[in-house]
Amino acid sequence: MLDWISDNRAVIAAFLILLFGASFFIAIYIGLKQSALRAKDEVFGDPDRTKGGWYWALCGVSALMLVWFYYSWGMARAFFPTAANEFCQVAKVEEALSPITATLPIGSRYYKSTTLVTRNGAQLDDLQAGMPVAVFTASEMNTLNVIMDDTRELIAIFSNPEYQNEVSISEFEMVAAELDGLSERLRSGYDGYVPTAEALEQANWGTSKVEIPLLPETARGMMLDEVATEAAGISKQFLKLRNQSDEADELIAATRVKIDTIKAVNKSGSFAEDVLAERTAYVKAVERIFKRIDDGTILPAESLVGVNLAVVNLYDALDEAKGGLRTVEALFMPGDGIVKSRTQCTEQGPGRWLPKPTDVVGTFWTLGNPNLEAGGGYKGTVLLWWKWLPIASIVDFFIPDSLIDMLPGSYGSHDQDGQFVPNYKDNLLAFAQGEVYLGAIPMFDGHIWDSMFRVIVAMALGILVGVPLGIYMGVSRFFKSFFDPLIELYRPVPPLAWAPLILTIFGIQDDGKIFLLFMVAFAIMVISARTGASGTQLSKIRASHSLGASNGQILRYVILPNALPEILTGIRIAIGVCWGTLVAAEMLAGTTGVGFIENVARTVSDYELIWVTILIMGVLGLLFDLVMRYLISRLIPWRGKG
Amino acid sequence: MADLVCNDLSMTFRVPGSPLEVEALKNINFTLKKGELLSVLGPSGCGKTTLLNIIAGFLNPSGGEITLGDKSIEGPGVERGMVFQQGALFEWLPVAKNVDFGLRMKKTSEEESIALVEKWLDIVGLQGFGDTPTYQLSGGMQQRVALARCLVNDPDLILMDEPLGALDALTREKMQSLVLELWKETGKTIMIITHSVEEALLLGERLFVMAPRPGRIHKEYRLPFAERGLTKSLRDVKQDEDFAEVREEILSMIWNMEEEIMSGA
Repeated sequence: MLDWISDNRAVIAAFLILLFGASFFIAIYIGLKQSALRAKDEVFGDPDRTKGGWYWALCGVSALMLVWFYYSWGMARAFFPTAANEFCQVAKVEEALSPITATLPIGSRYYKSTTLVTRNGAQLDDLQAGMPVAVFTASEMNTLNVIMDDTRELIAIFSNPEYQNEVSISEFEMVAAELDGLSERLRSGYDGYVPTAEALEQANWGTSKVEIPLLPETARGMMLDEVATEAAGISKQFLKLRNQSDEADELIAATRVKIDTIKAVNKSGSFAEDVLAERTAYVKAVERIFKRIDDGTILPAESLVGVNLAVVNLYDALDEAKGGLRTVEALFMPGDGIVKSRTQCTEQGPGRWLPKPTDVVGTFWTLGNPNLEAGGGYKGTVLLWWKWLPIASIVDFFIPDSLIDMLPGSYGSHDQDGQFVPNYKDNLLAFAQGEVYLGAIPMFDGHIWDSMFRVIVAMALGILVGVPLGIYMGVSRFFKSFFDPLIELYRPVPPLAWAPLILTIFGIQDDGKIFLLFMVAFAIMVISARTGASGTQLSKIRASHSLGASNGQILRYVILPNALPEILTGIRIAIGVCWGTLVAAEMLAGTTGVGFIENVARTVSDYELIWVTILIMGVLGLLFDLVMRYLISRLIPWRGKG
Repeated sequence: MADLVCNDLSMTFRVPGSPLEVEALKNINFTLKKGELLSVLGPSGCGKTTLLNIIAGFLNPSGGEITLGDKSIEGPGVERGMVFQQGALFEWLPVAKNVDFGLRMKKTSEEESIALVEKWLDIVGLQGFGDTPTYQLSGGMQQRVALARCLVNDPDLILMDEPLGALDALTREKMQSLVLELWKETGKTIMIITHSVEEALLLGERLFVMAPRPGRIHKEYRLPFAERGLTKSLRDVKQDEDFAEVREEILSMIWNMEEEIMSGA
C-alpha cells in the first residue's frame, strides 16, 4: 500500500493540484458572494471586518499550495511524468557536445582561440617589459627578444587562414559534416525507436534515490540517447584536432633550438646561485608561453565558422526534436531545467532546492517510522516514539554522587581473600549512580522529544528560580539593586554567543543545552516577574495591610497573583526564544534533536530533509504558543479588566 | 471606649532633591468619639489624605501622637478598616473571596467565614454575587464589595478615602444612603475624606474644613443633616434651607482658600 502510494506520488499530486485549484476558485466565488451580501450594511470600521472568513483562509492555503507545487516542479511531475527523463536525454546530448561548444562563441562570448590570443599576447608584453637586464648578456637578451617576437609571429601564423594546410582544413570540415548528419537524424523523427525493458523498469521520477531515471523511457528519448552517444564520439575526435601549418612548423623548430641553447648555457655556466635562479625562472616563463602556442590550439576564426554553424544547426534540430517538451519547460519548470553531470541527471533551480510537497510528506513518513531496522528515524534515533525509561537513570540524574561521599564512614575495600563485600555506603553509591534496577516507566523518545525535553526542563528551572527572584526584585530595594547589574550584564549577550563557552563547560549533551536555555529563560522570567510585582497598585497593598495580612501573606496572596499576567506572558516569550536558541545550539553540537537533523541535512545538501525539519520546528513552535495562549485565557481571565 | 484621639499631630515632607520641607500637617488636635461620623473637606493639598494615611498607619507622623482607644497607632491594623476610591479589589478573586480575604489572613474557620460573608453581602445588597468575578461588577457594586470586605473584619474605625469619587451621580446618592444606613446599624466610627461639599454635609455628623500651608483644621462644624438623612430622602435633605446656607458658606470659604493659593503661588 505504502509502496504503491510512494511510486504513484505523481498521480496523487495531480489529484491534489486539481483539488487545490478547484477549492481556490470555489473559495473566491464564495468570498465574493459573501462580500456582495455584506456590501450593503458594511460601513467603514465595521468590527466584523477583522474576523476574516474561512473561505479566504481556504483560498490562501490553496494558493500557497499551488505556488509550492508549481515552483517545486510538482505540477510538471504530476502531469508530465516522463518529461524529466526526456530532458535528461537532451541534457546528455548537450553534455556530449560541451567540448566542441567550449571552443565556440556558443554559451560564451568569444572563440576560445580569441581568448588565447589576447591573453598570451598580453603576457608576452609583460614578460618582455620585465626582463631582468642584470643577469643576461646583451646577446642573450637579444635572443630572448627574438624568441618572444617569434612566438608573436607564431600566433599570427596560426590566426591566419592562409597558412592553415589542406589536411587541417578538411579535418574541421569533416567534423562539421558529421554534426550536420546528427542534425538530420534528429529531424527525421523517432519512428521505430523502442525503449529497452531495462529502461522501463527504472523507478519513477523522484521516487527513489536516483532523482531522474537515466535510461531513455520513450522513443524520442531513445533517439536522443543515440544521438548523444554519437555526439560524444565526434567530440572526442574534435578534441584531437590541431591547427597544422608548414610555416608554423619551421618557426617552431627554429625557436625551439634557440630556447634549448639558452637553457644549455644556464646548465653549464658557473653562475651565482641567485643569478642562476633568476635566469632559469625567466627562461622557463618564456618557454611556457611558447609551449602554449606551439601545439596548434589557436585556430583562425574562419576555420571554425563551419563547425560553429553545424553546432547551431544541431541545437536548432535539438529544439525541434523537443517539440511539446519546450512548452512544458517554459511553463512548468521555472529555473535552469535539467542538467546532466557525469553520472546522473539533476533538477536545477527551485526544482532542486524546493522539494515537492508530496516528497516532503514522504520524507516525513520515513523519518517518523519508529522502526529503526526498517530504515525509520534518523541517525539511529526515532523522530517521536516511546520507550521504557529505567527509573534508575532518573535517580542517577537527580542524586549527585558527592552527596553519598559526604555521608559518614568510608567505602569498602577488598579483603584478604581477594573478595569485595560492599558496605552500606557502596550500596548507596550504586543506587545514586543508577545501577540498582528500580523498574521502568514509559517515556517519550526521539529527536522531537529530545528537543522538547530540553526546552521544558530549562523552562521549569527558569520559572522555579526566576519567578521568586523576580518577585523579590520587584518589592525589595536590596534584591533589585544587588541582582540587577548581574542580570542586565549577561542578558543582552545573544544566547548563541554564550553557546561555545557553555557547551565547553557543560558538555554537548543535554546538560550544556539545558543550561544555555536556562540562562535565556531565567533572564526573561526574572524581568517579567519583576515588572509584574513592582506594578502592584499601592492601594491594593495598603488594603491588604488594613485587612490584617502579613508581609509574607501579601507576597503570596496579592503580589504573586497580581504579577501572574506578566509572568505568563514572560513564559510565552521565553518558550519562543528558548526554542529558537535550542535549534541553533543543536546545530552547533550534539547527536540528537531537530536542529541536529537539519545540521546533518545541510552538510549533505538534503533539501527535502531541511524543509521537513523547518516544518517540524514551525509546527512545534506554534503548538507551544497555542498551549500558552490557552493557559493564559484560562488562568488570567481578568487580564486587562482589573 | 474606642475613641480616636489626635494630639498635636504634625507631618513634614522633604521635597525630593532640595533642602525644602513642606508642612503637610501642623498641630492637628481632635477627638473622635466612638460611633461618630466625621467628614473631612478641603482644597487639594490641604493634607486631608495625609491625615487619613497617618490614622490608617501607612505613614508615621513627624510629631505628635495618635491613639485609638488605649492603643497608640504605629502601623496598619485590622481595627482600622480602609475603603479606597477605586475599591482596590483583588481582581483575580471572586466577590466572596475578596470579602473573606481578611478572615482568611486570620485563618478563621470556614463555616464561620461563609456565614459572615453571606451576612455582609446581604447587608451591602450583593446577595447571590458571591461567585461573580469582581471585574464584571459595575463601579458602585465594586465599592459595595470594598465596604463588605472592610466590615467583615469588624473594625472599630472605618476610614474612607474619597470612596464615592469615581461614581456617577445616581449611584453616588444610593451609596451615600448605604453609608448612612451602615453607620446607623453598625454604630461604627467612620471618617470620610471627600472633595464634594454636599457629600461632606450629608455624611458628616461632624465636619472638618481643612486649610493648606500648613495643613490644619480651619473650621469645625456639627451638622444635623446625617441624622436627618436617616429618616428623609437625601434629595429632600438637600432642599432644606439650612443645608443650602451651610453649603454656600463652606463653598465660599474653600473658594477663598483656593484664591489665596493661586495668588500666593
